Amino acid sequence: MPSKPAPRVLRGPLYLTLPALAVLVLVMAVPLGVIVLRSFMEPQPGLANYVWFFQTKVNITVLLRTFSIAFWVTLCCVLAAYPYAFAMSVVGPRLRLAMIMCVLVPFWVSGVVRTLAWVILLQDSGVINRLLLSMGFEKVRLIRTQLGVTIGMTQVLLPFMIMPLYAVMRGIDLRLLQAARSLGAHPVKTFLQIYLPLSLPGVFAGVTIVFILALGFYITPLLLGGPQSTMLSTLIQQQVLSLLNWGRGGAMGVVLLIATFGILAIASPFMKRKYQMSGGSK
Amino acid sequence: MKLNVPRLLLRLTCLLIAIWLVAPTLIVIPMSFAGQKSLAFPPKGFSLQWYENFFTNPQWIGSLIVSAKVALMVAVVATIIGTMAAIGIERMKGSAAGIIRAVLITPMIVPGVVLAVGIYAVYLDTRLVGTWTGYVLAHTLLAIPFVVIAVGANLAVFDARLETAAASLGASRLTTFFTITLPLILPGILSGSLFAFVTSFDEVIVSLFITSPQLKTLPVQIYSSMTRDADPTVAAVGSLIFLATSLIIGLGLIFGMRGRKA
Repeated sequence: MPSKPAPRVLRGPLYLTLPALAVLVLVMAVPLGVIVLRSFMEPQPGLANYVWFFQTKVNITVLLRTFSIAFWVTLCCVLAAYPYAFAMSVVGPRLRLAMIMCVLVPFWVSGVVRTLAWVILLQDSGVINRLLLSMGFEKVRLIRTQLGVTIGMTQVLLPFMIMPLYAVMRGIDLRLLQAARSLGAHPVKTFLQIYLPLSLPGVFAGVTIVFILALGFYITPLLLGGPQSTMLSTLIQQQVLSLLNWGRGGAMGVVLLIATFGILAIASPFMKRKYQMSGGSK
Repeated sequence: MKLNVPRLLLRLTCLLIAIWLVAPTLIVIPMSFAGQKSLAFPPKGFSLQWYENFFTNPQWIGSLIVSAKVALMVAVVATIIGTMAAIGIERMKGSAAGIIRAVLITPMIVPGVVLAVGIYAVYLDTRLVGTWTGYVLAHTLLAIPFVVIAVGANLAVFDARLETAAASLGASRLTTFFTITLPLILPGILSGSLFAFVTSFDEVIVSLFITSPQLKTLPVQIYSSMTRDADPTVAAVGSLIFLATSLIIGLGLIFGMRGRKA
């Protein structure tokens, strides 16, 4: 970036960010503070809500399930996004535009409607099951199962893996691969020793974003899942809206918050700064 | 690349992934013309009754109007606030810029339900549940990161010396901003405001908590319809949104390409 001469215009950069920060404080910091406070104060001051959370078997099951679904979704996303992003970075401009379109089209219908599409596809008499039957396979229970939730969530989150991967892969100099090949390296070795390490920052960025977003998923597990695939978000909603237990719901919320930001804190040193969040906007 | 088998495999994989990405979006369109009230695919018969239902049922059309109004307000407010913030960050020195930028992006990361529960708690105390102010405030929070990112990306390639030049030629701060800075970062502002609109128009988790029977947004209406029964009206709404978005993006592409050539 070229050095910026001290601008005479629009001096005082901090006050420009104040309105945005004010919204953040009022609509995010204060509400989250209320949640944390209630988790310790309701019904009585103390750690009772947290003790309850970690001593109740259902909660632990759901917590572990939330992590396991997030893990599988992230893994599926990496496996699907890697070849796709690689292809995007090597094809010609026209095909690349088409491939980008395919990544963006899912965003063109509202998120809730997309879940409806998955209900249609996954239901017992749905398209996928009839396809399986016609190919001679057995029917698989997809709707209201963990598998169904994983399939739906993977499709929703795939773009968040493809974009940061593509941003990194676009910058990899393919001549390095040619050089390795011309020196006699086997294609597999070339990939493992040269391409893979260079693409890792993108993998880390994508994995972090997808895993974090998956942990907090709410609508998809609610509509595609059943009692056997409840995730933490649903449990929080039940505590607060159905049982009116703000203390316990709050404690669960704090656990989810800590998990989310803990993972972010662990992962961020592995990501190159410029590929964080914005998916490499430069 | 000489090896053709891996290449073929790669193509096939990508084709499958592309279908996997796009199919669930497109399947909604034939569903919306279903003849019967069922979500079986392929749909039996043909009718326009779900579109008719959408446009004549006050529940549906009312929530569309609410959503459109909220999203418009959010687009205006979030774009102004977010653009100011992005400019402020760009002018900042040292680590402060990075910290404030990271802070402003956190609404994207906080788990939706936790945020929704917190906002609901505060709104109950301040009587903002089911109000225009409540929706606009909450959606603005969620839209700000997108504006900051979009405008920030634009500012990063903006040559600040142009401002200095204008100022040295005697232009006032405001003149410089409106004649130099604003036109040059307009693409970023426009895409930021589009993101802000879409974020609000599509937001469902927080809206589900702060909704009221009198003031309901479209995603909330879609959600409650889906949990109630199998109503293809949802598919009709989805198709209409798809059509509208395609038109906007198509126009944007044509517009954007012309802009790049100029």
